[in-house]
Amino acid sequence: MNAPVRTVPDADAPAIELVGIDKSFGPVHANKDIHLTVRRGTIHGVIGENGAGKSTLMSILYGFYQADRGEIRVGGRPIVIKDSQAAIAAGIGMVHQHFMLVENFTVLENVMLGAEGGAFLKTGIAKARAELKRLETEYALDVDPDAVIETLPVGRQQRVEILKALYRGADILILDEPTGVLTPAEADHLFRILRVLRDQGKTVILITHKLREIMAITDAVSVMRRGEMVATRTTAETTVEELAELMVGRRVLLKVDKGPAKPGPVALSVRNLTVRDHRGVTMVDDVSFDVRAGEIVGIAGVAGNGQSELLEALAGIRKPASGDILIEGKSTLGADPAMLRRRGLAHVPEDRHHMGLVLKFEEYENSILGYHDDPRFVRGPFLDIEAIRADARDKIAKYDIRPPNPRLKTANFSGGNQQKIVLAREIERDPTVLIIGQPTRGVDIGAIEFIHRRIVEMRDAGKAILLVSVELDEIRALADRVIVMFAGRVVGEKTPEASEQTLGLMMAGIGP
Amino acid sequence: MSAASAPLPRWVTYGLMPVLNLAVAFLISGLVVAFIGESPWEAVEVLLTGALGTGEGIGYTLFYATNFIFTGLAVAVAFHCGLFNIGGEGQAYLGGLGAALVALSLGDVLPWYLTMPVAVLFAALFGAAWALIPAWLQASRGSHIVITTIMFNFIGAALMVYLLVNVLKVPGAMAPETRVFAEGGQLPKLTWPFELFGAKLGAAPFNVSFVIALVMAVLVWLLIWRTRLGYEIRATGTNPTAAIYAGIPYKRMVIVTMLLSGGLAGMMALNPVMGASARLQVEFVGGAGFVGIAVALMGRSHPLGIVFAAILFGVLYQGGAELSFWIPAITRDMIVVIQGLVILFAGALETMFRPALARLFWRAPRAAAAKA
Repeated sequence: MNAPVRTVPDADAPAIELVGIDKSFGPVHANKDIHLTVRRGTIHGVIGENGAGKSTLMSILYGFYQADRGEIRVGGRPIVIKDSQAAIAAGIGMVHQHFMLVENFTVLENVMLGAEGGAFLKTGIAKARAELKRLETEYALDVDPDAVIETLPVGRQQRVEILKALYRGADILILDEPTGVLTPAEADHLFRILRVLRDQGKTVILITHKLREIMAITDAVSVMRRGEMVATRTTAETTVEELAELMVGRRVLLKVDKGPAKPGPVALSVRNLTVRDHRGVTMVDDVSFDVRAGEIVGIAGVAGNGQSELLEALAGIRKPASGDILIEGKSTLGADPAMLRRRGLAHVPEDRHHMGLVLKFEEYENSILGYHDDPRFVRGPFLDIEAIRADARDKIAKYDIRPPNPRLKTANFSGGNQQKIVLAREIERDPTVLIIGQPTRGVDIGAIEFIHRRIVEMRDAGKAILLVSVELDEIRALADRVIVMFAGRVVGEKTPEASEQTLGLMMAGIGP
Repeated sequence: MSAASAPLPRWVTYGLMPVLNLAVAFLISGLVVAFIGESPWEAVEVLLTGALGTGEGIGYTLFYATNFIFTGLAVAVAFHCGLFNIGGEGQAYLGGLGAALVALSLGDVLPWYLTMPVAVLFAALFGAAWALIPAWLQASRGSHIVITTIMFNFIGAALMVYLLVNVLKVPGAMAPETRVFAEGGQLPKLTWPFELFGAKLGAAPFNVSFVIALVMAVLVWLLIWRTRLGYEIRATGTNPTAAIYAGIPYKRMVIVTMLLSGGLAGMMALNPVMGASARLQVEFVGGAGFVGIAVALMGRSHPLGIVFAAILFGVLYQGGAELSFWIPAITRDMIVVIQGLVILFAGALETMFRPALARLFWRAPRAAAAKA
């Protein structure tokens, strides 16, 4: 659907044209001869697996990187974007995945930041306030300009980011994985805002890996794979299946194939658990539930509603304030993570970079993290390097970890392969209870399929599995029972067949 | 292969880059020398012949290097646990007390080779003890180890002066130092490797401690890369959260690592106290604890790199002394400037040339491939 290239720059010229963009980082060819045309006044999706080159491409567009070759045209005119200032001047605004806001500033102050307009704030503030008011009414972006950022829910913080871009005169808005931190309701609201923006003539580029969002909101979609732009489609004329196949390069099973669960005795039991964070704020509030052998219990909820603290308490990393956790009927209070592992608990942490892996270690060193005391891997005070590497090679083969090199630094594996390193380590211990946080965060579709299958296999082998994920689709696909958490409390329990709307409302704290 | 960062071959990272850094440091040092009106070429010549031109010069160079190997290893072990031990100076000072007590008591009755192991142990124990309190404060109170170890340097210095002036001094003598150790309390000089090459060690106090230092370098390598404890230390140092996840107790790691680090620093005292002056004197450490930081940085916290870096600093120390002797315009302070430049380029700015090298390195083969 390439729009015809016009000779005269005019209002009908595409908002953005990328012509033959090429970028390498050392040996990594991140963008190969990319051509992309985004028509004015449309919402254009860019999808691709992690490492496909989406972020690099958008960073080039926003001036974080310079392309090695190729041309960027905005409104038909070739321009050079050497930094983000130049991008802003060209009318390009960006909403980052991780917000770039000063937490203890007000909305107004954040919006003005970097565009104060003079050494004295007073005149700038008055102008900004008026402008903000206009933008808010024009685009239905209601945010109190005097609210302090840290008091706002994430959905509103995101609106501040959008306001920031608009305040700087952005005509083209790039959103990088914008729904990752939102509830379904907040995501819907965001989409409404994006539609308003489009109808007012703005151009929106939406980077995501969620196919459903692409289908729901975009007008056109471009698919990237391994640094190349493999296809551009009109959204109305394509299907989820086709896009998934384009992304991965082969047919993908989107649904998890699993039979009914055969729950056995209770393996993990949580009783009136209360957990506080380091500030003393109650993050998990009087939570009780059971997980039986041979079933997957999913914990749904928007990120930050106590799931992380619950997982940490279960894994022995965070001491509960009160309540009890029992594995096979015996309390685990006072047990540290090493003791819990010996009692048959395996833990795939939510954040593999922060917790699950030491990225600077070689792969084989991470393959024993937490199990480095195992007699199989040690000889007296020494590590049995040969035994560890042999074991790592086994796991690499079994989990198809690529590249199959146990001596490679872990940071040099892709997200999906890093996750497989963690999963292989935890699953291959044959645990009784497996707790998994965000099993497929930042993982390619191809690897997601594999990881989901392994989790179901573990269930069928009679393990008790607790699954925490902010991806509602994932919970519904994998879990046999769904527990919804909101503000540290269990709001209710549903079967995975419950409608997305029901679960979404519960995740927002509105009744079961 | 998927690679987030462009990796460079090992010979570039560990060979070319340090050499390049060093070259730049010397280049700027040369400019400084030229600036004060002396010939850089002459200065280099004096420095190198002074440090490496004679048997005696080499003996002194290696004597200083021995100090720096110990303190460099001490800093490196702590680095691996993510701790910045600046207290090597004080720990070495206290280590001297341990070594001296052994030399004073056992040296009269035992031969040196029996005194030595006990002295090594006590030097290490005293050094470790001096690191214990900062370690404990860091582990349980979160008091920053940089602050506490540096404060303990001052406390250690004051304590040692007190002991030397009031307790250990020979009655009636003027100098604040112990009596000379008996023969059994002295570490013999290593003359035979020099005689092997027909060189003369002369007055240089190069002694058995050098061998102990090399043994420690091997042991540190084994500890860090081959033992469970080393694995736990590295995990804690590179990703503390992952270490806690793995059930590695943070407090214990901090304390154990600092004890090891302090012990290594303490052993440094063997060289000047039992190997050179045969008595305990005030301020015998002479900044070696701080040089150890530069040595560890430059040696990338790897024992082999530390041995090389320690020898380099040995050359700078010995050659620098000669330089200020033969070219009076180049004072002691100038030598410190040169050493500072080496630390700046080889330590603090160690990766300055990395991006440029990476570009050079990856562009060349790709251009060649494009032509083909």
